[in-house]
Amino acid sequence: MTSDLTDIFALAPAYPELALVIGAVLLLMIGVFQKNNHFMTINGLAIGLMGAVLVLLLFAPSDGVLFNGGFVQDEFSRFMKVLVLIGSIGALLVSVSAAEEHALNKFEYPVLVLLATLGMMMMISANDLISLYVALELQSLSLYVVAALKRDSARATEAGLKYFVLGALSSGMLLYGASMVYGFTGQTELGAITEAIALGEPSIGLIFGLVFLLAGLAFKISAVPFHMWTPDVYEGAPTPVTAFFAAAPKVAAMALFVRLTYGTFAPISTDWQQIVIFISILSMVLAAFAAIGQNNVKRLIAYSSIGHVGFALVGLSAGSQAGVQGVAIYMAVYLAMTIGLFACILSLKSDKGYIEQISDMKGLAQSRPFIAVIIAVMMFSLIGLPPLAGFFAKWQVFLAAVEARLYWLAVIGVLASAVSAFYYLRIVRTMYFDEPENNFAAAPMELTVVMGLAGLFVITYVFTFGGPIARMAEIAAASLH
Amino acid sequence: MTLPLFFFYIFSAICIASALMVIASRNPVHSVLFLILAFVNAAGIFMLAGAEFLALILIVVYVGAVAVLFLFVVMMLDVDFAELGKGMLQYMPIAIVVGIIFGLELLMVAGSWFITPEVAGGSVLPIDAGVENTRALGQVIYTRYVYLFEAAGIVLLVAMIGAIVLTLRHKPGVRRQDIATQVGRRPKDAVEVVKVESGKGI
Repeated sequence: MTSDLTDIFALAPAYPELALVIGAVLLLMIGVFQKNNHFMTINGLAIGLMGAVLVLLLFAPSDGVLFNGGFVQDEFSRFMKVLVLIGSIGALLVSVSAAEEHALNKFEYPVLVLLATLGMMMMISANDLISLYVALELQSLSLYVVAALKRDSARATEAGLKYFVLGALSSGMLLYGASMVYGFTGQTELGAITEAIALGEPSIGLIFGLVFLLAGLAFKISAVPFHMWTPDVYEGAPTPVTAFFAAAPKVAAMALFVRLTYGTFAPISTDWQQIVIFISILSMVLAAFAAIGQNNVKRLIAYSSIGHVGFALVGLSAGSQAGVQGVAIYMAVYLAMTIGLFACILSLKSDKGYIEQISDMKGLAQSRPFIAVIIAVMMFSLIGLPPLAGFFAKWQVFLAAVEARLYWLAVIGVLASAVSAFYYLRIVRTMYFDEPENNFAAAPMELTVVMGLAGLFVITYVFTFGGPIARMAEIAAASLH
Repeated sequence: MTLPLFFFYIFSAICIASALMVIASRNPVHSVLFLILAFVNAAGIFMLAGAEFLALILIVVYVGAVAVLFLFVVMMLDVDFAELGKGMLQYMPIAIVVGIIFGLELLMVAGSWFITPEVAGGSVLPIDAGVENTRALGQVIYTRYVYLFEAAGIVLLVAMIGAIVLTLRHKPGVRRQDIATQVGRRPKDAVEVVKVESGKGI
């Protein structure tokens, strides 16, 4: 009954998390003991801290299993953590200019984002049912608070409450599943569970536990039929917060989903593949049709994100290493598109304030051609048109599905993407072919930079980032077995 | 009759009686006080069963915090409990069904214990009789489970930040006590000497 930690250097695989905890508490102290509101300072420091952790992850990698099997750091977790950190940094960057209008200019906001990021990183590294649950709760609790942070707005409060109640329900399902998996294998550590499953014929109780676990996680990645909260929460929460929700937490929950299914439950892959195929098809199809009638950009993005989770799950349905590589690539591209798109939306400020309705974007191309071009590029990439990044991400997951002989799944995916083209192109049409009604303010500098970087990533993906990302994703997928 | 058995019957009798009084008494404050009595006696039963950590936690958490919170709620909120309990009788049928199910389950547990005592008593992880609960917890919580312990601490920190940021409001115009200002106050700031002409007033 002793700890496996001998000295501080034994903790090296957990240095990124430790740096985040200590940094978050320090920033909290600075915020509390300053007389005035130092939102900008704390926000800048939080971005700097996450940047430093990113550098630490990329240039001083250290792998291993810590805390008696509770925490694992491998290539897969490192890949996903880099994505999560980029997502969180992006979300804090794009909220700088809009924070005041959205009542987010409190120092608690960046601190809570830091703690949520910490929870996501712990989720990605979870190697035990208990640490998985605690990390998930840390992430979720921070997100509930962040959703309701604009507390004088009835919609934001409603979003926070709705997210909280449904999130608590999903946590309950996840816990129930975890208790059944523990009951039927006698283990909480993921590696030991794999060994216990591989020993014999899986019992029906274990399958039940698996289903409940996946249902709880499907909630977090907002896959159909557990997606109902997504449009309401995305619409009600302040836009910078929505930008955060749509990016990093999805990557983290998807990483956990992949680790549990492809890693832990590998011996019973046929059982979970059915579930993943089912929710993948439902997500793609429902999102493609439900988004058509939306007039609010944030609701539209919510449905679009549900659809993209479905596309990413197509890769996982294959149950192969190429499929997991596809999921990793898809999440990277999805992250870049989401952050870029939200940078565009947050720079759409007319005389009346921030714009949320699609009809308000009429004639944007005439007054702000740069923003319009970036939005159009993001839309084409979200549809999956070559030669943009979205095409190659979809290509990879569909290829994996075809290799696994899931032809019809790939066909449904392509058809769903064709249907989704309708609502993406509607925005492009509104921007380019309608008469302008609003005057748009110039985009702030940091948003222009984020938009430019995201646009560059999406346009030049195949020549520049595509190769390295595919290689890293391949190593990451290989490290799960 | 051995002494532990004697105490067991005392604790359980008081516990059941006070639990009955919790739902039977008309005054909600009395209910909460009987609830506290029930908690303390349940803690006594835990103590007899050898779960001394659970017993003390029950007293510290439930009596010390939860019951006192109940008491605050009962005393500070203006809830008309007589009004609240008026339509209670219409829930009687469903209460009877739930009660019967509970009773049956209790019988099944007791039955399995009588039929196969060796199964009911067997535990997957046998308890080391030489180590008391508190020590057994202490041996693992800061070593084997230190990661989870710290993670749970961070979750509580987030809960605290969330509660404060969502509810704390700095009202303008609230007068706060400033000791330095009070001490530094001079007579000439506070007292005005007025010469009043007789018969006129100020």
